[in-house]
Amino acid sequence: MLRPLIVIRRTPKIDFMKWHKLGFAFSALLTLSSIVLFLTVGLNYGIDFVGGTQIEVRATPGPANLAEMRQKLDALHIGDVSLQGFGPSSDVLIRLSRQPGGDAAQERAVQLARQALGPGLEYRRIEVVGPTVGGELIRAGVIATILALVAIAFYIAFRFEWQFGVGGMISTLHDVITTVGLFALFHLEFNLTTLAAILTVAGYSVNDTVVIYDRIRESMRKYRTMPFGELINLALNETLSRTILTVSTVALAVLSLLFLGGEVLRGFSIAMLWGVVIGTYSSLFIAAPVIYYVQPKRAAVARSTEGAKAPVSRAR
Amino acid sequence: MLYFANWKILLICAICALGVLLSAPNLFSPAFLDRLPDFVPRRQVALGLDLRGGSYLLLEVDVAAAQRERLNSIIDNVRNALLDANIGYTGLAVKGDAILFAIREPGRIDDARQALAKIDPDLTVTIGPDGAGTVGFSAVATDQRRRLAVDQSIEIIRRRIDETGIKEPTIEREGEDRILVQLPGISDPEHVKELLGRTAKLTFQLVDTGASLEDARSGRLPPGDQVLPAEAAKAVRIGPESYVVRRRVMVGGDTLVDAQPSFQGNEPVVSFRFDADGAKRFAEATRENVGKPFAIVLDNKVISAPVIREPILGGSGIISGSFTVQSASDLALLLRAGALPAPITILEERTVGPSLGADSIHAGATACFVGVALVVVFMILFYGLFGVFADIALFFNLCLMLGSLSLLGATLTLPGIAGIALTMGMAVDANVLIYERIREEVRAGRTMLSSLDAGFTRAFGTIVDSHVTTLVAGALMFWLGSGPVKGFAVTLSIGVLTSLFSAILVTRLQIVTWVRRWKPRAIPI
Repeated sequence: MLRPLIVIRRTPKIDFMKWHKLGFAFSALLTLSSIVLFLTVGLNYGIDFVGGTQIEVRATPGPANLAEMRQKLDALHIGDVSLQGFGPSSDVLIRLSRQPGGDAAQERAVQLARQALGPGLEYRRIEVVGPTVGGELIRAGVIATILALVAIAFYIAFRFEWQFGVGGMISTLHDVITTVGLFALFHLEFNLTTLAAILTVAGYSVNDTVVIYDRIRESMRKYRTMPFGELINLALNETLSRTILTVSTVALAVLSLLFLGGEVLRGFSIAMLWGVVIGTYSSLFIAAPVIYYVQPKRAAVARSTEGAKAPVSRAR
Repeated sequence: MLYFANWKILLICAICALGVLLSAPNLFSPAFLDRLPDFVPRRQVALGLDLRGGSYLLLEVDVAAAQRERLNSIIDNVRNALLDANIGYTGLAVKGDAILFAIREPGRIDDARQALAKIDPDLTVTIGPDGAGTVGFSAVATDQRRRLAVDQSIEIIRRRIDETGIKEPTIEREGEDRILVQLPGISDPEHVKELLGRTAKLTFQLVDTGASLEDARSGRLPPGDQVLPAEAAKAVRIGPESYVVRRRVMVGGDTLVDAQPSFQGNEPVVSFRFDADGAKRFAEATRENVGKPFAIVLDNKVISAPVIREPILGGSGIISGSFTVQSASDLALLLRAGALPAPITILEERTVGPSLGADSIHAGATACFVGVALVVVFMILFYGLFGVFADIALFFNLCLMLGSLSLLGATLTLPGIAGIALTMGMAVDANVLIYERIREEVRAGRTMLSSLDAGFTRAFGTIVDSHVTTLVAGALMFWLGSGPVKGFAVTLSIGVLTSLFSAILVTRLQIVTWVRRWKPRAIPI
């Protein structure tokens, strides 16, 4: 019979609650610095949000002569022009800042740039976003993120007790804010796919939290007299192997996207990877300990779940 | 636990088989699929423009501009109505979305109301007791016109694109006054954009030979006249830079039935033909104005202003005016397709060349494959035989996902591929939850069968709760996102749903079969 090669034999006995204050402090620092970074440095918004033009060209034959291309484009006086190598040495990503004068002006800038650059280039991608659409996308993105946070909190509050909803909301918010902070810190481009990644991170990080909450709730029913801190510790330790295994499989998928998925998905993969790691951390060190402070009433938990299956396991 | 109703087993197997069958066409080339008999499913996942290459254009119909233009034409009617009724007025002008004016004599306000009401039932006329009046369109009429303008624009755009011979274009309304155009395989949309950006409103108007350009410039423009610039052609232009023409349109381009590029001598020209009504009106107008010039006006620019030598009765003619072969054929195309009811601006353009699309497919597929392979190996390392069960379920999950995408006609984008890779990593979470639970129950000293049973039943609630939150995020992304984000939301949500089925039911069926068939005494985890 095919047996597993690696087995976590015993339930670990890590005292998470002993470290939770350190975790809170660390997370507060992380969150605060993210907010400060966001407010001071700001995000490197992609054209999806602020409008502008992005052109990916491949020099045939390569490699591309960046200096010469820059010179040609600067001569046009069409605002900020940035060029950067992108993948292989023949590929260049050109960004033109948003042109003053509405949506039609963006298109004219592209035409000028193409004329100036001349032949010998393959246009792999041209993206032009006018100011109208950019503004709308920012709004839709912010709304989607807020709604996601609220909806998730309500779902948890509905399935558990409101105290769990608070915990889930705090830890998810923490994950979202620090992901944004990471993008501000490293000046990574923040675009539509990054936003999709952040929403996924919100969904995923709660997934972990819900599993742990589920166990806390179950233990509250099973061990009616156990001190709350001990109970949380037990729940975290009992679900730890699952937490680690799941974060590993998701991380494997994300890592292969990061290294093999190409330049276009890079920002998405970085946001996901960070989100998966920070989401797991926050489930253990934020979401669970928060419950310690907003302790749900044991009687309420027992009542609300009377309809559910009675605990079958015998207490150890 | 051991009991599995036969119909359930059948249903699970049938769904899995269906998944394999529906996803299988994606492995083959379209040419191969065409040779298969009809009953074989052959629908493949539709690839987004970021993968197959092509151009995505988001257009906005400038309804406000059309409204302004309509008000500008109505202002003459207002003037005439007031003049006919002999009512004095001042300050008649278009401002914002209404025509403003003031009645001089307060006693004539009612008369003015009556006179103006006859112009157009769509108009609302309000005149205050101080004589200040506005004429504008009612909200209902404005709304109706907007819808009509967008509908017409879609139709005209479709005709223009069809004329260019682009295959499989998608043209659809987006929101209130936007149009989304997707052109697969188009890597250089400049020409299309040029064609779409032009209103192509053609009119024939008489040139007012009695008025001079200098007079018009210094403000002595005869009533009913307008100054129009000449088309700044690339070739050397002959003639003045502007013309004073009558506002009244002799014949409009909407009466054309055909237009073709052709040659007059060596010069490219556009020949056209009127319908019966247009031919009649053109004949009359030319008969009355022999010896005078008339202007051929396209989008408020004079292309040429030939002199009428004799009445044109045949209902056809040619437009000449420093065309190149390309611009003559473009103009003919635009005239055939018809004029847009309102100007159009391009809000967003995303074009992906074929080489990048192919690279993206390759990178996405590689990442997916490697990701799945890593997860498969990981599961076997940590769960042995049960890991194999989970991997088999994962395979069916992948099939069901691709099958659902094909069946729903959903579009697979690059972020969508990322969504597949990600859900493959997340899908085994349900297995991990179940297996970990089984382990716990075994450690707690339960028998094998009751451990299996407890593992499945007690992990179920947790699995559902933890998956719903991902679905919430997916639904919001689908609702509020655009293009690529939507593609991601679709694969993520479908993947979560199919993984619930495969990770719980398919895995359980395998374990039950294994227990029945081999009667094991212990669980290998």
